[in-house]
Amino acid sequence: MTERELELQEKQELQTSEEPTRGGIYYQPYTDIHEADDRILVSMDMPGVGKGDVEVELVKDVLTVVGRVGHDRYEGMRPVHTEYNVGNYMRRFTVSKAIDRDGISASVEDGVLTVQLPKIKETAARKIEIG
Amino acid sequence: MNRHARTTDPFQTLARLQGALASASRPREDGVERTSTRSFPPVNIFRRGDDFVAVVELPGIDRSDLDIEVLDNRIRIAGRRAITYDENYSVHRRERLSGQFDRTIDLSVQIDTEKVRAEFRDGLLAIHLPRADSDKPRSVPID
Repeated sequence: MTERELELQEKQELQTSEEPTRGGIYYQPYTDIHEADDRILVSMDMPGVGKGDVEVELVKDVLTVVGRVGHDRYEGMRPVHTEYNVGNYMRRFTVSKAIDRDGISASVEDGVLTVQLPKIKETAARKIEIG
Repeated sequence: MNRHARTTDPFQTLARLQGALASASRPREDGVERTSTRSFPPVNIFRRGDDFVAVVELPGIDRSDLDIEVLDNRIRIAGRRAITYDENYSVHRRERLSGQFDRTIDLSVQIDTEKVRAEFRDGLLAIHLPRADSDKPRSVPID
């Protein structure tokens, strides 16, 4: 079975009523959200973002994820052909009450940020023996 | 800390880079021909002195799924992006694409293929393309 050819995705510039305090364009990263029995997994494409460049903040029910791209690698370079712009990434999510807030974790590898949102473990169901 | 010392504001620098990228969307004579406009992956090409650097966004790619080839004035970037999740995950949202790509970019300058270097870090592929000596302007002494 042949794999399909990847299509170009345009970067989505962030439209927000609140202005980020730091300057520059922010993009909304392409995101996958998956759910397993014990957790919700959020995976976001953030090329150019490394380990120390990520901020994850939970305020009330809103999870804000910010990834900053370094510009050091562009020192002394002059663009001659551009097909995409470079900017920081930000996305906001509303987190349901069923999430164990203390267990939220985030990691970034190869420009992909993964946020794990564990579900609150419910008390185990009592098994009823049939006499 | 010396209050009078000049410090670069990192956010100014990023804003300047974004401005430069936005205004450089037309190919210039000293750089690159646009061979294909809307294909994956998107490539930015920069100039550093005589040499060029291609920067490609490829988040989550496995190095073993990536092939880079160079010819005198052409680079080829091919591979696949596989995004897989365990079977027990159900999908709420799916925006990230997976699939194959194979893209060739013609450069209007000759590069020294022996000295081409590629590095892949944080989902960014940077290909250093030193210009071939034969392609560099040579000063002509006047007798």
